[in-house]
Amino acid sequence: METEATAKSSNPREHARAAASLEFRDVSKRYPGNDEPALRDLSFEVAAGEICVLVGPSGCGKTTAMRMVNRMIDITEGDILLDGESVRSRPPAELRRHIGYVIQQIGLFPHVSVGDNIATVPRLLGWDRRRVEARVDELLELISLPSETRERYPAEISGGQRQRVGVARALAADPPLMLMDEPFGAIDPITRERLQNEFLRLQEDIRKTIVFVTHDIDEAIKMGDRIAIMREGGVLVQYDTPDRILADPKDEFVAQFVGLDRGLKRLALSKLGDLSLQAAECLPDGTPVRGHADHHRVVFVDDRRHPVGRLGEDGEPEPVGPVGKPDTSLRDALSLIMSDANRPLVVVDADGAVAGLARVDVIASALAVGNGGHAAREDAAR
Amino acid sequence: MLALGSSLGTQFLDSFKFMANNTGHLLHDTLSTLALSGAALGVALAVTLPPAVWLGHVHRGSGFAIRIANLGRALPELGLIAIFLALLGLGFLNVMVALVIVGIPPILANTFTAVDGVDPEAVDAARGMGMTERGIVFKVELPLALPLMFAGIRTASLFIIGASPLAAIAGGGGLGEIIVNQASYGFDGVLAAALWIAALALLVQGLLALLQKALTPKGLKVRARATGERAPRIDVGVADAERIAGIEAPAA
Amino acid sequence: MNLIVAAGGGPVIPNFGGSADKCAQNNGLFCWHWFTSHWGSIFGPALVQHIVLVLIAVSIGFVIAFAAALLAYRMPRWEAPIVIVSSLLYTIPSLALFQILVPFTGLTRLTVEIALVMYCLLLLFSNIVTGLREVPEEVRDAARGMGLTPRQILLRIDLPLAVPAIFAGLRVATVTTISLATVGAFVTNQGLGAPIFDAIGRGNFKTEFLAAAALAILLAWVADLLLVALQGVVAPWASRRRSSLVPRGVVRAIRRRPRPISAVREA
Repeated sequence: METEATAKSSNPREHARAAASLEFRDVSKRYPGNDEPALRDLSFEVAAGEICVLVGPSGCGKTTAMRMVNRMIDITEGDILLDGESVRSRPPAELRRHIGYVIQQIGLFPHVSVGDNIATVPRLLGWDRRRVEARVDELLELISLPSETRERYPAEISGGQRQRVGVARALAADPPLMLMDEPFGAIDPITRERLQNEFLRLQEDIRKTIVFVTHDIDEAIKMGDRIAIMREGGVLVQYDTPDRILADPKDEFVAQFVGLDRGLKRLALSKLGDLSLQAAECLPDGTPVRGHADHHRVVFVDDRRHPVGRLGEDGEPEPVGPVGKPDTSLRDALSLIMSDANRPLVVVDADGAVAGLARVDVIASALAVGNGGHAAREDAAR
Repeated sequence: MLALGSSLGTQFLDSFKFMANNTGHLLHDTLSTLALSGAALGVALAVTLPPAVWLGHVHRGSGFAIRIANLGRALPELGLIAIFLALLGLGFLNVMVALVIVGIPPILANTFTAVDGVDPEAVDAARGMGMTERGIVFKVELPLALPLMFAGIRTASLFIIGASPLAAIAGGGGLGEIIVNQASYGFDGVLAAALWIAALALLVQGLLALLQKALTPKGLKVRARATGERAPRIDVGVADAERIAGIEAPAA
Repeated sequence: MNLIVAAGGGPVIPNFGGSADKCAQNNGLFCWHWFTSHWGSIFGPALVQHIVLVLIAVSIGFVIAFAAALLAYRMPRWEAPIVIVSSLLYTIPSLALFQILVPFTGLTRLTVEIALVMYCLLLLFSNIVTGLREVPEEVRDAARGMGLTPRQILLRIDLPLAVPAIFAGLRVATVTTISLATVGAFVTNQGLGAPIFDAIGRGNFKTEFLAAAALAILLAWVADLLLVALQGVVAPWASRRRSSLVPRGVVRAIRRRPRPISAVREA
């Protein structure tokens, strides 16, 4: 691709690893000949390294808002600040070369190879050949595609691979901000789930600031550090963490949008590891027990404290049944308990040794805490 | 009429004898036919490509482009030459103008359709990554539009070479000169020139088809193989162009 | 110029210089009076001959192309050879093709018709096949699922849905044939090409050039308009907007014809 001198000269930190902060400040969009604005006074901030998901029904202006960040759509009023600097202060093409851009249809160039697709922006920025080659190799490894793929054409790889190449292409010049418009929208549910998880793992490493657009609330809850819920007419209704949006929907619209099962969705955000477990009474396998007051608490273990059986109501040993792990979500844990006649769930630690028991009422009480699992987990991480 | 008395075989045999005896003359006329057609195609390309690419890039004027193309099809080549005989008189200019007009419609229609129809996602991605509009046209739109554009250029060359013998009646020279001048060359000469120019037209089309193949980006060939889509060939009219363009332009 | 000899002789040609018409004597750009006074002797007959030539050629071409398209649709391996052969024919310059056919069929109308039919084939065949192939697979699948036989699918689904494409082909073929038929005058001295060669014989008589060319263009325009109108009658459901030589308003006016009774009752 072509090299443009303008782009080279005006960016001193073209390979900056840092993520950028983003601020929407009273942003409105009006189209000529249309009385109703497409976006109304949109204001919110995204901290560096966070994923902000814009979610809402079609026609809510979420894509418009995203496309204003890299000036694919002009701002009518207000401003968008990238690291405190207005996006309007930079020429559009130059600005866009430093913002990753992924769209639903991916838009790979069918006439050039995968490697050349990935190299698009580095070449626009005038990187030298060796650096471009090295970067392409690095990115192919990052998205776990074999290095032969670089010579392939987009028509020769699978849909999931194309999607990953799209992400790699957006990451190529290591932009501090990424815009992603329904990036997993056109992919089958199983592959989508895998790509979502892959991307979240990738984000652990790269820690980019990401604006992510979707119409799927479940995807928003899964991907977002913060979610901006928008409604028709370009109005931002609620901007908060997924947990607080589920725990405390601001109005009827949000409540409807997140669904009646928002409690269960909230459970999906927390993991057994976040919960204070009830202590289990671990007995060596084969120990005879008679007339125990709380037979549910008894777990028979082997010499490594791995669960091998449980105590039935009649005092006889029973099979151990389902077992939870620290990273099992509370939602899945609840499901396991209910499919196991409401017995408290045996939870094991990372080594498989019994850590404790999870009871339905303890899981339910996690919902009662206003600042539930997600935020608590963040606090714990700090 | 003159040669009707002799048998079919003899007539063709005589024309081959004419070719053998007048090879130099035929070659000379072939070169001037090629030069005339090439110049007309060149002018038609120079006049048509920039506005057609621009209109396609900005997705405007689909009605205009298709209408010009259809209007062009309705212009009889002989009628055009007649009109310019009346307006410009005998000579090179007349013939050039007529042949250029014959070549413009297919180039315009196919180029517009091709550039306008480039995957909008590829263009959006290119713009989103910070390519300049120039870069988008030259690095993304033109390579992707090339096969269909080339089909238009092939069609234009076919029309121009098809009309080129008619140029002789307006003083354009070339192989047509022999065909319209039976009194001097006899029917064997006329038939020889007709066969010669038919072969020339087929040869040129064959070469252009090879050139199209060579110019098509490899990635597009791979995609075509994967999707079973065929390389665009000679432009056969409205149905094809509209199918490719998906012509329902946004009502604006 | 030895055109008159080559064209096999034409009607007796008066020298325009000898005419009483001042404008014609001076070879003015367009002498309206000369045009109207020669309508009956030159232009009227040429126009009628031209229409007949084109009607015959397009009709025969359509029958052949339609049969070939059905064949290629049912047996796709036939498509490539048919396209190649008809493309080769389409590629040969008109003046040359007419002359190459002369040894076979002489300086006759048959020669002209054969050449014109050859030119139609590619345009009609490609458009008909495209139309048949364009039918969405899900529509065909639904028909199959409802128990229609392949024959019924062809007659009730594929062909009706291909009508717009078939008409597109007919329009291009008709307009092209009208254009090429002018060249046919070189062989038979019939049709709107005849006055053009005639004008050359008179020493480049401008009025005759312009009148004949204008009539040929007008004929193409009117024929296209009639085909658009005919499509509206044959396939009223195919109201998909198609570009046309005809201004949109005219198309709309033509489409605003009385609706079939069943449709009126429903409304």
